[in-house]
Amino acid sequence: MKTVNEMKLVIDSRSINEGFSRVAVASFISCLDPTVEELTDIKTAVSEAVTNCIVHGYKEKMGKIYITVSIFEKGLVKIKIRDKGVGIENISEAMQPLFTTAGDERAGLGFAVMESFMDKVKVSSKIGKGTSVTLTKQLIGR
Amino acid sequence: MATRIECRAKEIVVYLDGEIDHHSAGMIRVSIDDVVLTKRPQLLTLDFEKVTFMDSSGIGLVMGRYKIMKSVGGAIKVTNLSPTAYRVMKLAGLEKLGEISQREVI
Repeated sequence: MKTVNEMKLVIDSRSINEGFSRVAVASFISCLDPTVEELTDIKTAVSEAVTNCIVHGYKEKMGKIYITVSIFEKGLVKIKIRDKGVGIENISEAMQPLFTTAGDERAGLGFAVMESFMDKVKVSSKIGKGTSVTLTKQLIGR
Repeated sequence: MATRIECRAKEIVVYLDGEIDHHSAGMIRVSIDDVVLTKRPQLLTLDFEKVTFMDSSGIGLVMGRYKIMKSVGGAIKVTNLSPTAYRVMKLAGLEKLGEISQREVI
């Protein structure tokens, strides 16, 4: 399928950038005239994926988070969020609702939220190389 | 994110404000737990009326406060959730831990 519009964003894995990244993605796709609900869904899913890069991918270390947003014909949006962190050993285990390695204050629902708010969530990961999450959603718009 | 905390006789009401994500949740958590552990209320109410954004960090925040309230022998209540935040809380099954309710649609 043909890309209509695309943007790339590289940010430091600082938690203060969580807000910026979701607003930047929402702002880029606003040209599709999405509904408020579609925007909230995407912002929430992006926030989960970026938080995963910070909390799990890089842990205490600092690294870069690479975000690519592609808009295809008829309002199909694909968002790829990638880190060069530690990687996930067992992806299906990590995607289980309530599974977390981050302690008491994390609910372990990041992937469950992404799956519930987007049409498709694809995860690929390599130990020591990093993790990439691709979020896809067909926007209906207003 | 500014948080206003109101102490009543046996209840503490927390008026959350702004965006709740992994970045802001840490600071909110500390300010609530300080008051809860000193006052040891019977009920902790988290008011989400002025919350403009929330991801799963909001769930972690509620779950963590539920545990703290349980440890002091109290209960938790979550009010004025936006439809999306309500959906996220239901997804986590938080209604089993305490009363949760949505904003009234105007």
